[in-house]
Amino acid sequence: MRQSLYLAFTYLKFHKVRSLVLIFSIGLILYLPAGLKKLISESEALMLHRAETTPLIIGAKGSSTDLAINTLYFHQESTDPIPKKMLGDVNATGLGYGIPLVSMFKARNFPIVGTDSEYFHFRQLSLAAGRWMGYIGECVIGSEVASDLKISVGDSLVSSPENYFDLAGIYPLKMNVVGVMASSDSPDDKAVFVDVKTNWVIMGLGHGHEDVAQIIDPTIITKRDTNEVQAGAKLRMQNAISVDNLDSFHFHGNMEDYPLNALIFVPKDQKSETIFRGRFASGDLPNQVIVPKEVIDGLLQRIFKIKQLLNAVFLLVGVATFSILSLIFALSIRLRKDEIYTMFTIGSGRWKVAEIILLEMVLLFVGSMVFVGLLYGMTGIFVEKFINTFII
Amino acid sequence: MISLSNISFHYPQSNFRLQLDELSFHSGTKTAVVGPSGFGKTTLLHLISGIYIPQNGEVEVHGKKVHLMSDAERRTFRLTNMGFVFQDFKLLEYLNVMDNILLPYRINKVLKLEKALKNHVFEIASMLSIEDKLARNPGNLSQGERQRVAICRALLTNPSIILADEPTGNLDPENKQNIMRILFDYVSKKDATLVAVTHDHELLDGFDHVVDFKEIYTSA
Repeated sequence: MRQSLYLAFTYLKFHKVRSLVLIFSIGLILYLPAGLKKLISESEALMLHRAETTPLIIGAKGSSTDLAINTLYFHQESTDPIPKKMLGDVNATGLGYGIPLVSMFKARNFPIVGTDSEYFHFRQLSLAAGRWMGYIGECVIGSEVASDLKISVGDSLVSSPENYFDLAGIYPLKMNVVGVMASSDSPDDKAVFVDVKTNWVIMGLGHGHEDVAQIIDPTIITKRDTNEVQAGAKLRMQNAISVDNLDSFHFHGNMEDYPLNALIFVPKDQKSETIFRGRFASGDLPNQVIVPKEVIDGLLQRIFKIKQLLNAVFLLVGVATFSILSLIFALSIRLRKDEIYTMFTIGSGRWKVAEIILLEMVLLFVGSMVFVGLLYGMTGIFVEKFINTFII
Repeated sequence: MISLSNISFHYPQSNFRLQLDELSFHSGTKTAVVGPSGFGKTTLLHLISGIYIPQNGEVEVHGKKVHLMSDAERRTFRLTNMGFVFQDFKLLEYLNVMDNILLPYRINKVLKLEKALKNHVFEIASMLSIEDKLARNPGNLSQGERQRVAICRALLTNPSIILADEPTGNLDPENKQNIMRILFDYVSKKDATLVAVTHDHELLDGFDHVVDFKEIYTSA
């Protein structure tokens, strides 16, 4: 057996490319159903964990899936906003507390998430360096943002302009990084957290500029009387918020009407949750309230149906592949008839030749299984990518 | 001593038929088998080695009736008593020269693959001037070198019979002489029997006997 194994191994080693292609093909076919199963079950666990730890989400009426995905994963799908005063309304119920979330912009491809300090307590997030944000214009970044962009406390991050060619559009805001969060293996690692007011500044609802009362240049001040001062486009706007210019930042209009994407509502207890949901159902409170777990469950059920379809496809592809591989083996034995004849002539029996060929197949199978093991082990790395690409 | 008597052999689904009344090869002799293609010269070697069994007649080698042995017995007998040399060398491309030479030891448990054997391989390889080619694959050798590897493999078991099927068929004149000299030297030293099928009449002078299949068939 040892000698046969040596001959089988030497044959496969000599035909490296052929052997590797076979190992790759067999391994891939064996891996796909198992890998997909692992990918889906790990994705399911990860998604359900995030959803289960988020009791209720309040948002504008519309797609509950978009609302859940936007709130849990900061996906910035287009949904209608809700007014900020909704936060006061839900807090006033006394049944729990709300956490505001507004996420409409990105900074170097990472979502900027406007919220308040309750969010970090609620998600049990901690800092790896620096402090939480205290003023508008400050940001705390997730661990992956820090590692990917190679930035840390003391650096700055500029929000990405929505449209470079739209002069009347939203201008970028330079934010100071005051904290880096510890990794939480969640979408929070890939977000830039700011105060909701900072987000409104980026939206253009608040801004800072030179003190118009002090400016006498008539090319800047177009109208001045006792009631109002009007400035032209020449007025210099602040594109960064610092201690020096913080006082110049102000908001126009009623801040209670400012937009939020959603509220996470954390009820005091189960009874409060039931009462709270009842008020929405009865129409006492506008908009919609969703239970993220139910929404994500529904989403995953659809994925499982696709998985069943894919399994059937893999089975068919597997049968086809193994048929082709059998044909390749049969043809390769025919091509090796000279070699087999040599062995017979020299003194080998039929069983010995069969043993060598069988061991070649066993070695290929073992190689394929090692390949499957490697792929299976690596599957975990791609769970988040899989969720982002195929599920949400 | 090899003797064949009243042999009748034919392949299934073929019109070819080999008929031999009496034919013998004595120990220590070198016999060339000549004749046109398709007259059964290679079949003769296969009958002597027990690869083929005649439908009628007897094949006796060293006093043992080869045609009455079981498959396993014939294999063992062939391995321990006979060395094969082929026109196209029959080397396995995926094995290096050393492993090709050791192949008989790797495919049958009867021959024990011991560490000392590698020294023996080196001795024979040195005799055949291929001792520096042992780590190479056959694809990197010249035709003459490949045939010497095949001869090394055939001689490693110290066979008392060498069956050579056109051993010089693919070689240039210089290599032909070298290969035949190696085989003849071995026969002389070991008092072995050489039966070589050949088409090359220039080499016949070195043989003790010549069996012409054309004459056998004509006389029959």
